[in-house]
Amino acid sequence: MPLRETAPKLPPEQYERNFADIAPRMTRGQAVVEAARCLYCFDAPCTLACPTRIDVPAFIKKILTGNLRGSARVILEANILGESCGRVCPTEALCEGACVMHEKGEQAIEIGRLQRYAVDYVLDNNIHLFHAGASNGKRVACIGSGPASLACAAELAKWGYAVAIFDRNEIPGGLNTYGIAAYKTRAADSLREVELVRQLGVEIRQKTEVGRGISFAEIEKQFDAIFIGVGLGETWTLGLPGEDLYGVYGAMEFIEQTKVKAFQDVEVGRRVACIGAGNTAIDVVTAARRLGAEMVYLIYRRSEQEMPAFKYEYELAKNDGVVFLWQTQPVRVLGREAAVTGLECVRTKLGAPDARGRRSPVPVPDSEFTVEVDMVVSAVGQGPVTDFLRVVQGIELRKDGTVVINDRHQTGNPKYFAAGDCANGGKEVVDAVAEGMAAARGLDAWLGSPRDRLKPQMNTDKQRQI
Amino acid sequence: MADLRVKFCGLESPNPFWLASGPPANTAGQVMRAFDAGWGGAVWKTIGEPIVNTTSRYGAIDLNGVKVMGFNNIELISDRPVEDNLREIYEVKKRYPKHLVVASLMVESKRESWHEMVRRAEDAGSDALELNFGCPHGMSERGMGSAVGQVPEYTEMITAWVKEAARTPVIVKLTPNVTDIARIAAAAEKGGADAVSLINTINSLMGLDLDTFAPRPVVRGKSSHGGYCGPAVKPIALHLVSSVAKKVRIPISGIGGVGYWNDAAEHIALGAATVQVCTAVMHYGFRIVEDMVDGLSQYMDDHGFRSIEDFRGRALPNVLDWGDLDLNYKIIAEINSDLCIGCQLCYVACEDGAHQCIAPHSAAGNGKRNVNGKGVHVPRIIEEECVGCNLCALVCPVENCITMKEVETGLPPMSWNDRMRQLAAGHGRALPPTPGEH
Repeated sequence: MPLRETAPKLPPEQYERNFADIAPRMTRGQAVVEAARCLYCFDAPCTLACPTRIDVPAFIKKILTGNLRGSARVILEANILGESCGRVCPTEALCEGACVMHEKGEQAIEIGRLQRYAVDYVLDNNIHLFHAGASNGKRVACIGSGPASLACAAELAKWGYAVAIFDRNEIPGGLNTYGIAAYKTRAADSLREVELVRQLGVEIRQKTEVGRGISFAEIEKQFDAIFIGVGLGETWTLGLPGEDLYGVYGAMEFIEQTKVKAFQDVEVGRRVACIGAGNTAIDVVTAARRLGAEMVYLIYRRSEQEMPAFKYEYELAKNDGVVFLWQTQPVRVLGREAAVTGLECVRTKLGAPDARGRRSPVPVPDSEFTVEVDMVVSAVGQGPVTDFLRVVQGIELRKDGTVVINDRHQTGNPKYFAAGDCANGGKEVVDAVAEGMAAARGLDAWLGSPRDRLKPQMNTDKQRQI
Repeated sequence: MADLRVKFCGLESPNPFWLASGPPANTAGQVMRAFDAGWGGAVWKTIGEPIVNTTSRYGAIDLNGVKVMGFNNIELISDRPVEDNLREIYEVKKRYPKHLVVASLMVESKRESWHEMVRRAEDAGSDALELNFGCPHGMSERGMGSAVGQVPEYTEMITAWVKEAARTPVIVKLTPNVTDIARIAAAAEKGGADAVSLINTINSLMGLDLDTFAPRPVVRGKSSHGGYCGPAVKPIALHLVSSVAKKVRIPISGIGGVGYWNDAAEHIALGAATVQVCTAVMHYGFRIVEDMVDGLSQYMDDHGFRSIEDFRGRALPNVLDWGDLDLNYKIIAEINSDLCIGCQLCYVACEDGAHQCIAPHSAAGNGKRNVNGKGVHVPRIIEEECVGCNLCALVCPVENCITMKEVETGLPPMSWNDRMRQLAAGHGRALPPTPGEH
């Protein structure tokens, strides 16, 4: 079944240009000049702003001295996915947003790119910085192979645990492999980081769904504890008439196409509408434009001010020539011969604020209009994938499907721990890493570790604070 | 518009900026292009019996991505025949009669050899002679360069030989690689020198390739000590220029770390009548003189100086021995919290590196937020502890954020030497009163 009209095919090299690395690797010269700009703050605000507390001034100083291996070690000890975080973190809201250079009236230090520069050095040269700890005889299973699981598994392996990751997908990495805009990171980049974890002796079993391929009873028998890091699932549907027409996609499913297929093989309409205005919606509209779609609409019920996407992301979409239809609500998907032909919308006005303080959109009577498109992508958030846990006694799920955990990331069933999107409802990769590491500490304590790892490693600077 | 013309040993130079003896003043082509660019004079690359050079010859140190903070060389004097150099001096003088060409000379330490070279250089039309008693590498091993300039008696003797033959002013170029450069300058003056120029380069080893352990600049895996120069040496040069200026009456041509007009102005304010530049030209070319001339004129106009003489040596009376400094002058640091960016470099510098007089930001903070709403951590000076050392102000990356403000002590000025005199006269006590003591 074809789309009604697909985007014209581009020359192969044009696709590569369109999806070229948005923050390309720094040269040695660029990195040194940028690193030299860093003031080497004491008790640095960038570090305090990082969920994984990477000692940013320390790793930047090491770039300056040419100690790239040491620089990468500082990063990866705090965050094993430091390379991808350097690419995908919303740095302007985290480390770079806290950079003192803003107060100085200067450009913030490009922390993300420097971070990637340092880690790329050890990845390129296949330098093994970490080794599995001496075996403590204990075994842990991690369900899912996304950022939370990888971070948890790496910590545990370093401490001597035998760790096996169970992943239902074809290739590991979870969101980092399948769900990040291709101009930020490619699947192959994510897999290099997975290798770092594998090098610690972590076993990764692909295409193995816990509860189906292997039973919970079996897993509980084989492992002393189980970590759940399954992330989120499919994109919510829009609940509109006509949604079953051919050409209606979920955002994550569309992004995934750009990550696992050659760009020229990704199906995209000549005209595309994306519903939603979060960061994932930006990934969708920019990808559609870069794949050759001629008209791409981003449709949002509220106004520009309420847009949840980060400013940096919004700028990307603007630069890509995306058309923004603010205060517009889709009413039905229109089609002919089972394929999408358009989207009927209605104008909204903003009413009273909702529980989160955002003003609710109210449809304006008789303001219906039609946007002619060949493809509609829903980017209104992802649903949970935690249903499979309902058979496990003691694990409690919230109404939205998130797993209930205590401050040590332990679920109602003491043998199970959870972190990342499946527990927090959907945050950044760096949050999943921080939580995955915290869960490893909680799990380690519960399994009676003689070492007290519960306190996160404090920056020595912090300890001197009055 | 300030008048930048200077008189130096009776010679008029269009401005105080001269090329120092070195690679930029190696050929007529270079010197003429330099004059076209605006240089007032040039000290020719040292002329002597031709030598053979090594490859490589130059080394540099960079600092945090900034290139060539310091520079060194193991190059020797001109490797071109004496007659080629002299013929070119003749040609340059013919075409640029108003610019100064100084022949830098170095020959074996024999009276006749010096007499011969002096005669030839002056016959070629050079306006003055500079005796290279400073080169610290290579030539010194052969009894020339700094081998002369490190011994006051040799310096005086050879200067006197040269003066026997010279009709033009004789400038003695001094090496800093001595314990007391002023003593060498005095020896040159005693020998009859009309002027001194300083500093020549400083003995140095530029560093190592840590993989091969080859020193730099590398000559087939080896190296030798060489002459250090460039921006990094200016403070040493300024100190030595001032100490020589206090010692001798003859004019000084200041050399060392001059890259901008303000460097030149500092040399002049400490007594130099002209300045010589080499490394900065080797880095950026002759064109840098344009801003040297422009910037110095602006500066002089701003301060009402009509000529170089109006401010030459003006800072010299302010350079004292430590024992004459006022111990009752007190300043303490002040942080402008509006300008503070919260890097806390002042805190850690004072806490770990100095006198523990700054408190880090309080846990509560002072409520300052950056453009992204993140907290800005403003430290606090513990005023009663502050010793006024300047360190915090020096490390603060924000201009005018930390300033040193004077505190009224109510005490009359008193130096260490004053105190010693008082003690000797039976007044006062050895140590000052401590706070709270009456």
